[in-house]
Amino acid sequence: MKIHEYQGKAVLASHGVPVPHGKVAYTVAEAVEAGKEMGFPVVVKAQIHAGGRGKAGGVKLAKTAEDCESIARGLLGATLRTHQTGPEGRVVRRLLIEQGVDLTGAREMYLAIVIDRVSGAPVFMASAEGGVDIEEVAASNPDAILKEVIDPAVGFQPFQARKLAFGLDLPVAAVPRAAAFMQMLYRAFEATDASLLEINPFLLMRDGNVLALDAKINFDDNALYRHPDLKELRDLDEEDPLEVEASKFSLNYIKLEGGNVGCMVNGAGLAMATMDIIKLAGGSPANFLDVGGGANAEQIRNAFRILLADPEVKAVLINIFGGILRCDVLAEGVIAAVRDLNVQIPVVIRMKGNNEERGKEMLRQSGLNFITADEMGAAAKKVVAAAGGGRPRPARPARTGAK
Amino acid sequence: MSILVGRNTRLLVQGMGKHGTFHAIGCRDYGTKVVGGVTPGKGGTAIEGFPIFDSVSEAVDETGANVTVIFVPPPGAADAIMEAADAGIPLIVCITEGVPTLDMVKAKEFLAGKTSRLIGPNCPGIISPGEKCKVGIMPGHIHKGGAVGVVSRSGTLTYEAVGQLTALGIGQSTCIGIGGDPIIGTNHTDALELFNKDRATRAIVMIGEIGGNAEEEAAAYVKKHVKKPVVGFIAGQTAPPGRRMGHAGAIIAGGKGTADEKMKAMRAAGIHVVKSPADIGAAVAKLLKK
Repeated sequence: MKIHEYQGKAVLASHGVPVPHGKVAYTVAEAVEAGKEMGFPVVVKAQIHAGGRGKAGGVKLAKTAEDCESIARGLLGATLRTHQTGPEGRVVRRLLIEQGVDLTGAREMYLAIVIDRVSGAPVFMASAEGGVDIEEVAASNPDAILKEVIDPAVGFQPFQARKLAFGLDLPVAAVPRAAAFMQMLYRAFEATDASLLEINPFLLMRDGNVLALDAKINFDDNALYRHPDLKELRDLDEEDPLEVEASKFSLNYIKLEGGNVGCMVNGAGLAMATMDIIKLAGGSPANFLDVGGGANAEQIRNAFRILLADPEVKAVLINIFGGILRCDVLAEGVIAAVRDLNVQIPVVIRMKGNNEERGKEMLRQSGLNFITADEMGAAAKKVVAAAGGGRPRPARPARTGAK
Repeated sequence: MSILVGRNTRLLVQGMGKHGTFHAIGCRDYGTKVVGGVTPGKGGTAIEGFPIFDSVSEAVDETGANVTVIFVPPPGAADAIMEAADAGIPLIVCITEGVPTLDMVKAKEFLAGKTSRLIGPNCPGIISPGEKCKVGIMPGHIHKGGAVGVVSRSGTLTYEAVGQLTALGIGQSTCIGIGGDPIIGTNHTDALELFNKDRATRAIVMIGEIGGNAEEEAAAYVKKHVKKPVVGFIAGQTAPPGRRMGHAGAIIAGGKGTADEKMKAMRAAGIHVVKSPADIGAAVAKLLKK
């Protein structure tokens, strides 16, 4: 789960990490009020779940209340496009009004904690090149990133923090403060079950103080059950409405741009492979949808509803490899959903597993115009043809029988 | 012949709830010797004919269990893994989906000092069809005994590949689902090493997906050590970057972990990579004829 910068900073502050004084604002009036309270100049930062906001014009300095008002008016409700949002961009609904920090003589560095799959442990990373695109640094100069693997049994040790601080070439006097800062970061990472914690830039100021000027935290979805307070930080405005709707029914749905073949599959790997084979057949998948292992009639109905809410979808491919799931139960669910929702676009079904023949017989007897296939390859070809060969075209009725 | 599970497997089931009991029966029906279950507080009772014990060590003492399969819900799953390792069970298969990553980090650290091997979590399990031994939730009837080893990060996609093999009359020595989480016990390379040493395995199918670099590492291992033919497929060729595709581990992050990169590394290692998931079985058939 992702959260906003202002929420991340509040979480860090609760673990003792020094962050700039700031306040969230939902309206222009709140922004001006917060600015006055803090004293100008303030920095007005657009809050969206994506990086690259500075370059996209989402971070601005306000020297006066009038400045603050016009900047807030310009940002709230505006669509911000960064390299992480994609071309569609994100609408700004919240602002962080933050006390200006004197950057004269300050050093901007980079700190992050991630879970490293290879070592199976958290890794603390530090780079002297902060404030820039760290992905570029990683690609062009990987040696510029220092790494310390954390032993989960004992946690992040003081000597490791000192090693990173000396590695960043910090003045000796600043090392203890920087090391303490890093240890607080790790404590916050561990206590919140984070999957990523990134401070970019991490500031060493002229007076020797250290500060998290930006903060990004992602939490492990699997661990949210033990953090009800963090769960409340979820901002549904930052997520696709159809994806939010799907998650209510334990359906894992991800919309893809520009596709016209809707997919309904059980299992994440098979769902990805189904998208791949649609593309290979010359079509374009409209979504990833994993209905899970124990798909029942209610779930299939909801899955259809969500697939059909996407107006680009011109045909649907259902690909179910039922291990435990019975094909007759699946067929019953599909027939009921197509009837109830009055599905008008072609539906191609490929199912394998228990009671396969009976399931197919039920589809044939339903009076509905289902297209069936035995193998994945054939199913993909049929659905791409039904969708108009990959190009969107007007839907044709799938139903022949009367209700 | 097979790897890790077979005729000598004596299976314990940790977490005899509704789900665990259902699959304990499924494993027994397939032919696996299921010797008992563990549910703390229910020791001394029996469920569906399986004797229940309060702890894994007690169950091991009483039954001689040498493999355990875990259905314990996420909050207790890592604890269940560590309990099994503490009791000295050589093979631990964790089916549970949704185990917190930091719990797995700790469990993996705990296992580092023990002799147990872990498969999973968030996996379908392992099956050796020729020896009628199933440890997991996969549909047994789609398998057939034979000489092809299958290793995969997915569940149903593995069934798809196995279904294709069986339909072509090609049997399997052992099929392992290693799981779709970022932190797992046995990885692709470990499984390839075991299949490479197994004399009954003549060819290997390796199914990966986007995210991480386990497939690249496995490819490097194949290049160096494996003489047997290997067929590979990577799911997620059309997956958008930055999105978690169902599995916690299936995400293209920072431009890394793409299907293209993985397929390239695998091809360079001499693995026969198929672009279409529908071609896995046929590719194996072709290689076995050579």
